[in-house]
Amino acid sequence: MTDTNHPVAYPQDRTCPYHPPAAYDALRATRPLARVTLYDGRTAWLVTGHETARRLLADQRLSTDRTRDGFPVTTARFAVRSRRTALLGVDDPEHRAQRKTVQPEFTLKRIAALRPRIQRIVDERLDAMIAQGPPAELVNAFALPVPSMVICALLGVPYDDHDFFEAQSRRLLRGPTAAESQDARDRLEAYLGELIDRKRREPGTGLLDDLVRRQPDDGPADRGELVALAVILLVAGHETTANMISLGTYTLLQHPERLAELRADPSLLPGAVEELMRVLSIADGLLRLATEDIEVAGQTIRAGDGVVFSTSVINRDETLYPEPDTLDWHRPARHHVAFGFGIHQCLGQNLARAELEIALHTLFERLPTLRLAAPAEEIPFKPGDTIQGMLELPVAW
Amino acid sequence: MHSDTRITIDKDLCIGAGQCALTAPEVFTQDDEGYSTLLPGREDGGGSPLVREAARACPVGAITVPEAVR
Repeated sequence: MTDTNHPVAYPQDRTCPYHPPAAYDALRATRPLARVTLYDGRTAWLVTGHETARRLLADQRLSTDRTRDGFPVTTARFAVRSRRTALLGVDDPEHRAQRKTVQPEFTLKRIAALRPRIQRIVDERLDAMIAQGPPAELVNAFALPVPSMVICALLGVPYDDHDFFEAQSRRLLRGPTAAESQDARDRLEAYLGELIDRKRREPGTGLLDDLVRRQPDDGPADRGELVALAVILLVAGHETTANMISLGTYTLLQHPERLAELRADPSLLPGAVEELMRVLSIADGLLRLATEDIEVAGQTIRAGDGVVFSTSVINRDETLYPEPDTLDWHRPARHHVAFGFGIHQCLGQNLARAELEIALHTLFERLPTLRLAAPAEEIPFKPGDTIQGMLELPVAW
Repeated sequence: MHSDTRITIDKDLCIGAGQCALTAPEVFTQDDEGYSTLLPGREDGGGSPLVREAARACPVGAITVPEAVR
């Protein structure tokens, strides 16, 4: 059991890539709130109950501005925050103004219209992988290039530069040091700043071109804000989905009965994507800082307290999801908080759903004999202090 | 249409996440700016059993479903 004198350390590494660390089991017993110790020894609230998470994620007394004094930090890599991240790192009303400029691009209708293009990209990547293998390393052959190509097409970023921006995104998110993470961000900003300046002279057809054209009347306020938006859209637009494709594939291969069920009835696919999002909860620690005292679940979160949302624990709340560790395509998984909740809920969630449906369906349709090409427990995955996913995924068919 | 069966959407809260339209596409849609809007003739939910689910899926609580809507 957890108690306030001996808080659990957060985050910890998973031992199985699709289950929360065993140490988090104690956190389930004390829902909806726990106290945890962060890497720097600071104590923070950990939100673990689903209903409480929904309420607090929608509560604007919790700030997401990482430049505020006392903002909780879960890894040394993000200890230095001199500038604010667009969207994810700003509160309303500034956040709302930023989101308004980009949200038309991510409506269900716009994403539905993108589906044929996503399918074409998936088909081409699989053609290339099949022509060269088996075996193959699925992260680099498929899971990463698919969302990378899709976000490039959507934003108007040349995919030819993918080695550069994928490597910098990796350094931004995984460091390993704060200096490396900051340097990666500087390089991405410089690269996208130059790209945006070029678009001013030679307009193209992507979302960034559109934002340049609308500026400043109906778009980002200045070049700095436009660049900051471009960075978050590019990084969040490919890293997260790539992790879901690689970890989703691994998880399906480790659950052959569930995979067979899905292959026999593709109408289960949208529900299966939600269930995979719920169980995998790849973005585990959503961070906030209380700016006022908040009474919740019989406790008082004080102004200045750090608040961390463990999506993997919240998404296993038994009151909403019986047998929460079991994959079940038939359960209503939709109210998971894997995309967050409140004003910062993932801007690209409907794009991610479309990419995951198309990528996973086509992968197993084209390669019905797909299997792991190494012992499952030897395949490396990401540490607990970053977005979860496979570091590599050797496969054969 | 009686006002006590009319679903309301607060556009000052809506963030265009599209969760209502994803959950109950026979009642909700998104305008060109991404904001949630009711389909013509479905202001009372049209008897859809998913209206309350759609309201619950909204991340910002922008949708109000009157008691009289089943």
